[in-house]
Amino acid sequence: MKKKTKTICSIVAGLVIAAFIFYVGEEVSSSSMLRTVLQLGTIYALVAVSMNLLNGFTGLFSLGQAGFMAIGAYTYAVLTIPVDKKANVYYLYGIADPLANVELPLWLGLIAAGLLAALLAAIVGAPVLRLKSDYFAIATLGFSEIVRILVGSSPFNRITNGSLGLNNIPGNPSYYTPFIVAAICIAIIVLLLTSSYGRAFKAIREDEIAAEAMGIKLSTHKQMSFIISSFFTGISGALLAMYLGAITSTTFPIMLTYNILLIIVIGGMGSVTGSIIAAFLVTAAKEWWLRFLDQPMMIGDFQVPLLRTGFRMVVFSIILMLVVLFWRRGIMGQKEFSWDGLINFFKRIKNRLWGNSTKKGGALNG
Amino acid sequence: MLEIKDLHVHYGGIHALRGISLNIEDGKIISLVGANGAGKSTTLKAIMSLTQKTCGSVIYDGKDISNEKTKNIVKSGVILTPEGRRVFPDLTVDENIALGAYTRKDKVEIAKDRNWVFELFPRLEERKWQAAGTLSGGEQQMLAVARSLMGRPKLLMMDEPSLGLAPLIVKNIFSIIKEINKAGVNVLLIEQNAKAALEISDYGYVMETGVITISGTGKELLGNDQVRKAYLGE
Repeated sequence: MKKKTKTICSIVAGLVIAAFIFYVGEEVSSSSMLRTVLQLGTIYALVAVSMNLLNGFTGLFSLGQAGFMAIGAYTYAVLTIPVDKKANVYYLYGIADPLANVELPLWLGLIAAGLLAALLAAIVGAPVLRLKSDYFAIATLGFSEIVRILVGSSPFNRITNGSLGLNNIPGNPSYYTPFIVAAICIAIIVLLLTSSYGRAFKAIREDEIAAEAMGIKLSTHKQMSFIISSFFTGISGALLAMYLGAITSTTFPIMLTYNILLIIVIGGMGSVTGSIIAAFLVTAAKEWWLRFLDQPMMIGDFQVPLLRTGFRMVVFSIILMLVVLFWRRGIMGQKEFSWDGLINFFKRIKNRLWGNSTKKGGALNG
Repeated sequence: MLEIKDLHVHYGGIHALRGISLNIEDGKIISLVGANGAGKSTTLKAIMSLTQKTCGSVIYDGKDISNEKTKNIVKSGVILTPEGRRVFPDLTVDENIALGAYTRKDKVEIAKDRNWVFELFPRLEERKWQAAGTLSGGEQQMLAVARSLMGRPKLLMMDEPSLGLAPLIVKNIFSIIKEINKAGVNVLLIEQNAKAALEISDYGYVMETGVITISGTGKELLGNDQVRKAYLGE
């Protein structure tokens, strides 16, 4: 394929996606599953890409995403809930005085959410990044759980509203916000990954000793990757708060981190486009296509066994296991989407389906 | 151009280097030979500040770099090709080569060096888009050398470049080392394959359990009875 054709294809594809999002926004009713999946999928795509920056590109296996999302979500909520609604929200404990009259514009709230998550990442990162692989994962997992428990605990009642959580979080009516914010953030991450910093991250993932011998400072780069990833995770947490309109500490369980992990494993560790595709696939499957597994089903007089609330997650875990066992590279592996790749993929399918007649061609295209 | 004075390194309780002094003159190939565990690799790591020095000094171009950070040492032109090749397996050959120039910012010069490196190793240019992990051992060693050259070294330190390679390829690697030296790069070579290393070296040092026992020109060492017995298997 020529470069010009590729550019045209990419522009057309971008326009089609934008038109589709616009169509769903204008024409499809707001309670439709398609709308939910698109919005939630976009938010998960952003977390997945920023988790991939850390786990897939820099090779630091972090499990702290839910914690950073919680920080982002709470920061956004606390700073943007309209002043006149604050008394209502904090009816039980009252609000801390310095926050009582704070009402930031939404975009400033989003940035603040990212910044606070990044700041905490910088503080936590200094000691935690010295740990290797599994220990790093355990430490970040612990951090995530500490955050979740702290935001729901009584000493913070006057900020986080304790176990009651926060509601009346603004931004909910705007359908387009997640798409715009996520698109900007992912574009920034992609720019970073294609720069020489991105290459240094990958070098650290591949071989720390060689990377160091190239003059790449390990601690600085790891710290940088951790902070940037947390910044965007914080923003996606804010988007989630915006989308849900109400949050409590239970909105950010460890399960959330696992869901995102599932997305990046299915999409391919080390592929941005893989993460985005998988974010929509997994969200659609979880929220929409697999919903029937949670409801009891009767076929005549026979009740299908096992189908009850929560069974969806069992099926989900099995999918994760199967992917890890048999399809470790995920949808994209470490590659990115390309038109040539797509054409090759269709050729391979064609050859497999009509293998006998075009066997020679298949071997050549192989 | 590089002088090491009385270098000591401890690994926990082990005294790995016990006062190493050596001198690298401009335009030369210097080799450091010795058995396993003699402290050859440790010497290189200590020069690069990749390991903590107990005491001693490293003077490079008249400047004391014993307490410099690795990044700055690489920037100033002392570059290490680590033992066992250590290319980045999932990155392409081209990306590996680009990473060699990580500390440099001069894009035009980097592009020039890239062309030079591909001239030196035409094999690598053919395989530009291939993942480095899919190259053969010899090609990976070439890539490791090419990557180091991208840092525009004044002193290239190579740790066991012949390790695990077929004899024919070893010969090829050594002739490339000579070529690199002719292009004006000083080479500090560490080898267990003492004969091959000393044959191309202007000067050599023999190390034993953390100290330098014998030194001399390459020819002298090849003729030295003690060296022949211990390292050349005669």
